[in-house]
Amino acid sequence: MRRIGIDVGGTNTDAVLLDGDQILATVKTPTTEDVLSGVRLALNAVTETAGARDVAAVMIGTTHFVNAVVQRRDLSRTGALRIGLPAARSLPPFCDWPADLAELVRGPVHMVEGGNDYDGRPIMPLDEIAIGVAARHMRAEGIEAVAISSIFSPLDPAMEVRAGDIMRDVLPGASITLSHQLGRIGLLERENVALLNASLSGLARITVRAMLDALKAAGIAAPLFITQNDGTVVRAEQAERFPVLSFASGPTNSMRGAAFLTGLSDALVVDVGGTSSDIGALRNGFPREANAVIAVGGVRTLFRMPDLLSIALGGGSIVARDNPAIGPRSVGFHLPRQALVFGGDVLTMTDIAVAGGRLSLGDAARVAHLPRRLIDDVFALAERSLEQAVDRVKTDAGEVPLIAVGGGAFIVPGHMQGVSEILRPENAAVANAVGAAIAQVSGEADQVFQGITRAEAMSEAERIARDRAVAAGAAPSTVTLVDLEDLPVAYLPGGALRVRARVVGDIMGSGLQDSG
Amino acid sequence: MRELTLDDIEALSVGAWVLGTGGGGSPYLALLNMRRLYAEGKRVSLMPPEDLGDDDDVAVVSNMGAPLVGQERLTDSRNIARAVTLMEEYLGRRFRAIMSVEIGGNNGLQSLLAAAELDRPVVDADAMGRAYPEAQMTSFAVGDLRPWPLSMVDPRGIEGIVAKVPSWKWMERLSRKMCVELGSIAATCKAPRSGAEVKKWGIPHTTTQAIRLGQAVRAAQRAHSDPVLAVLADQNGKKLFAGKVSDVQRRATEGFLRGVAKFEGSDEDRGARFELAFQNEWAVGWRDGVPVVMTPDLICVLDTISGEAIGTETIRYGQRVSIIALPAPAVFLSPRGLDFVGPRAFGYDMDFRSVFP
Repeated sequence: MRRIGIDVGGTNTDAVLLDGDQILATVKTPTTEDVLSGVRLALNAVTETAGARDVAAVMIGTTHFVNAVVQRRDLSRTGALRIGLPAARSLPPFCDWPADLAELVRGPVHMVEGGNDYDGRPIMPLDEIAIGVAARHMRAEGIEAVAISSIFSPLDPAMEVRAGDIMRDVLPGASITLSHQLGRIGLLERENVALLNASLSGLARITVRAMLDALKAAGIAAPLFITQNDGTVVRAEQAERFPVLSFASGPTNSMRGAAFLTGLSDALVVDVGGTSSDIGALRNGFPREANAVIAVGGVRTLFRMPDLLSIALGGGSIVARDNPAIGPRSVGFHLPRQALVFGGDVLTMTDIAVAGGRLSLGDAARVAHLPRRLIDDVFALAERSLEQAVDRVKTDAGEVPLIAVGGGAFIVPGHMQGVSEILRPENAAVANAVGAAIAQVSGEADQVFQGITRAEAMSEAERIARDRAVAAGAAPSTVTLVDLEDLPVAYLPGGALRVRARVVGDIMGSGLQDSG
Repeated sequence: MRELTLDDIEALSVGAWVLGTGGGGSPYLALLNMRRLYAEGKRVSLMPPEDLGDDDDVAVVSNMGAPLVGQERLTDSRNIARAVTLMEEYLGRRFRAIMSVEIGGNNGLQSLLAAAELDRPVVDADAMGRAYPEAQMTSFAVGDLRPWPLSMVDPRGIEGIVAKVPSWKWMERLSRKMCVELGSIAATCKAPRSGAEVKKWGIPHTTTQAIRLGQAVRAAQRAHSDPVLAVLADQNGKKLFAGKVSDVQRRATEGFLRGVAKFEGSDEDRGARFELAFQNEWAVGWRDGVPVVMTPDLICVLDTISGEAIGTETIRYGQRVSIIALPAPAVFLSPRGLDFVGPRAFGYDMDFRSVFP
């Protein structure tokens, strides 16, 4: 069975066609302003080379949604309902958003009584009448996107679910995000994720519909999956409800692709693009997860994101001649016009690589005048900053393999301190699309358990995660545990234990291993 | 007395987190409250302890409980203010000023929240000079000052008074039980102090110290210079180790977060190893197996690049850190002080030796 993987990046849209483990075709096309014509081009190019038949699944990764937040465009005005009064009254929803983004997104904000304590007791009974009032106010304001948060909802989501039902009765067409579906412990950060998600609901609906149309136009009847921050995929219909879960899918797909192309499951990966390099660690074949607050477009969030270190070093990084320095500015997608080797007048890392004989691209004669000394100095600078970054990402002092992927991978030197070997797999330039094509389905649980043993808590968390993976489209027999960790909780009595479990499984009927 | 600017308070939140010595909870939520209060036009003045009259009444506040619960219930300035007014109603007297029991972490800003709500000055002093896990680990306890009464409130309007206890330990036991019943987080106003007591037993000028510390970090960040060096220079601190976190083990026992973090050296410490044991806060440090730093010296773990503090709840593999020590308040260096907060108070059978001569 065949799968198509597409990765829509800021500069390029990459696509691959996979048959089992075989790469049948790869395509690189420029990303278009509207994203979708790029996807259409890529789809047509792959299907022209290999045919649209027998394609079992199409996986698309896109930075479209995170870009909308960063660039403050196409966002829906969003109503906020927080359950938890009289607690937390002084810090209402949107209280720590950047002013310009809050201005665009903030709709009616309502706080009502309810919420839970850490042990499951209600702080106050849920005020359903106040929720009805909030819903009618939002309807009067023409709100179509709503985020609902409740104190300790990751432990007991019942109040959010009930509030969602009441809201839906009054606003049947609205897109409603419940914070426990996305975030972790930490009310503001989880609420922020829910608000961002709701604000993207309109764009997500339009984008996913257009992707489905593009598939149809290309004659592909296979289901569409969207890649997620953790290196897995969900059905497009589900992804449409959770656009925030695709925020970091670009670097994640590159890392998954790097694992697939090299056969390594524990290694570091550097993905060198035009403007920056993302460095992350593969653990059991998946990107190591960040367990920290990550700001997205200036909004503090805490949810499933890969642990990445970005440095301003890429193929398009601008090089300063006197007192040699690299970046942080880059010519970005203007590289084919502005770099010296392409007839431009900006000295970039690409020019240095061509002059140094590491890369043949454009007109090498146009960089022949660069002094050897400058080239050596700049290479040494790049090497040092990569070495430092790699060292920060490593979890122990031992030497580990490093996989170099991405269009700017030529920047990565032949050997580096603390690195056992540097692998440059074939098709490294489309590792992200490969990563999309091979993606599996995941399930996660993150909860505080009390009054049961550690072993019982761990197995209960795993059971919840498995159920969620199967619900998301995994073939049950292929579901395996990839991450299980426990964190004791300070000051809580009764040996409270917070457990996170994550499982993955093959897509039902994907033909990867099990057809379910 | 001087009026604090919002910039002072932003710096205070950075400095208080460093003085949290790994615990005390992040001051972020308190800072958000202060930004809102300042936007509403409220202002807070800082009062040197020397300006207190001997008979002035001073409220001593803290937010008690599990930082994790605080991340859900958040921090509301009105709660801590209500703990203060409840105590006033109980005593039948009006407080002249408000101080924090601990400058370290989230509690370093609780006095400001109450002060902004109630329009009173904040005393530039605390009773720990940092963060400590237990209520009896204060300079007031070392001074054998009266541990009662205590007021406790929660946002539901549940209000309680611990009227009388025989010791600070008993106050810790009773108030901890009440706090757990309220959802493991509560605003408290501790035993009130007279101006004379604050001047004799308070640790002076710790708010100013935290502001200066935060300003040093923020200035270094802006100038892209070394924030760790800036902290050391400003606070007469001593750098103990630079390296990377190689292992973290945590366990929750008796309501505390205990464990060990291990580090591998880099730069001039390449090849060396460091270990830090913690009970909510950093307690004792070993270099290559030899104990080299211990409470009550302040042990702070800073992000080597940003200079921001790293707490025992959030420290993790791979972080690049600098471990530094800052001098302990003099009150804790006496034999009686060490009984309360020396290494033996945390279960380590060793004599206190300071890294500062």
